[in-house]
Amino acid sequence: MTTIETAIGTAKTMVLNMGPQHPSTHGVLRVLLELDGENVLRAVPDLGYLHTGIEKSCEDKTYSQAITLTDRMDYLNPLGNNLVYCLAVEKLLGLEVPKRAQYIRVMMVELQRISSHLVWLGTHALDMGAMSVMLYCFREREEILKIFERFAGQRMMTSYIRIGGLALQPPAGWREQVKRFLDMMPARVDDYEALLTENRIWQGRLKGVGYLQPEVLIAYGTTGPGLRAAGVAFDNRKAFPYSSYEEFAFEVPTRTESDCYARYLVRVAEIRESIKIVRQAMEKITDEGPIKADAPGIIPPQREKMKTEMEALIYHFKIFTEGFSPPPGEAFVAVESPRGELGCFIASDGSPKPLRVHFRSPSFVNLQALPKMVEGQLIADTVACIGTIDIVLGEVDR
Amino acid sequence: MTQLANAGAGAVVEQLRNWNAQAVAQAVDYRGETTIVVPRELLRATAQRCKEDPALNFNLLSDATCVDRFPVEPRFELNYHLVSIPRSARIRLRTSVSAEHPVVDSLCPVWPGANWLEREIFDLFGVRFAGHPDLRRILLPEEFEGAPLRRDFPVEGKR
Repeated sequence: MTTIETAIGTAKTMVLNMGPQHPSTHGVLRVLLELDGENVLRAVPDLGYLHTGIEKSCEDKTYSQAITLTDRMDYLNPLGNNLVYCLAVEKLLGLEVPKRAQYIRVMMVELQRISSHLVWLGTHALDMGAMSVMLYCFREREEILKIFERFAGQRMMTSYIRIGGLALQPPAGWREQVKRFLDMMPARVDDYEALLTENRIWQGRLKGVGYLQPEVLIAYGTTGPGLRAAGVAFDNRKAFPYSSYEEFAFEVPTRTESDCYARYLVRVAEIRESIKIVRQAMEKITDEGPIKADAPGIIPPQREKMKTEMEALIYHFKIFTEGFSPPPGEAFVAVESPRGELGCFIASDGSPKPLRVHFRSPSFVNLQALPKMVEGQLIADTVACIGTIDIVLGEVDR
Repeated sequence: MTQLANAGAGAVVEQLRNWNAQAVAQAVDYRGETTIVVPRELLRATAQRCKEDPALNFNLLSDATCVDRFPVEPRFELNYHLVSIPRSARIRLRTSVSAEHPVVDSLCPVWPGANWLEREIFDLFGVRFAGHPDLRRILLPEEFEGAPLRRDFPVEGKR
């Protein structure tokens, strides 16, 4: 059990254990707080309560089987996890994904970003005491989850993005459903801003809290809205475009104050940008077309072909029993998750199972900066800082 | 300096070779990614150079990870992924350590953010980082024995 040494004598401090069971740690995070009254002198995070050995388990599965494990890391961004893993495998294979599949991927990942930011806003506001916002955010998120269910049969752990493209064709009637969501959403975001942005209590709790200079953030490896709220306009979708993002027109919101309030403004602005991207993606996606690359031996053939053609049957059998083998080598792909730079490093040894899969988790790296953010502030500010970093423990611990 | 502002990976390798020819034991270009294989003793100096040389400017340490190449020696291959935010460039530094002496210099003096990344490698692989301010397990309980991500540790665990 992790413990910390404290001073003894007249300058006596108190050690308070925050978590792993705590409504405001956003999961099973344990933070040891050394306190002088309400002032935090030291904060030591203790991780690993949600460690399930995902990276090790991936080594025991074929490349295709490991996709379902990736859903469960950052459980607010399963499609993003699927995407980064599939992009890394496609890079190892040298596989080109058809444009239509890329556009659908972009649309799904941006909807996922909106839903992740809604959960973030709802839980962050709940921590600060604004309970209504939680319910409003979850009401909108419900619509996104219904869209995912229509597409993939699953609300959260969709595994919709597969190696070479997508699992299924978009369902009938998807355009009306997504359009209805897009038409409703901007007004709802305006509602959240009306409740929070100029609110004296909200500003009082968040302005000036958790300030870190941009150089410190970069030195600690922070990426995502935390870094953009400090004025550094680094977004993987713009810096290293993937999956046809270079064809979409969108802004990267930044602020300069680098406190909790700035991060709030950045994320709300990102929801609005994502709505724009989904609208553009909807226009680019044709009604007919491929959803998977054409790579016999790697991508399973269509079921009708498998039932009538001998070659297709043999390919199907080999792919699902033995799996496919990328050539030996390594690949690292980074995407922009709602939390920052999400990376996937895969080392292949030429066998059907990966030699090593490692996920560069933005929550894990961003959480490192928590002690720096919190030391010298109040316990109440600790709750604000944990919320503002936007961690998902599944990704921190894997 | 300006001619390297948008330099491709070849120029980065050149720049490092000009600084210290020993530092670039090998330069690999695969699937559009550049990997610089660095001898173990020169790792920290090369990483520092990558960060501080204004022409290179790799200011962000994105990731540090380990691959266990058992039974091939040297066994543990460490991969560091660097990003230059101003130049929108990526590079990978790679070094290897053997099974009998799995020690490498910590990059914490160069990037404080290497702290938890190295602790995770120590925790799951048993590779030690010399000069690390706080080298202890991070994901597994303190009393856990073994390094589970090593290839000779069974995926179902030991009982």
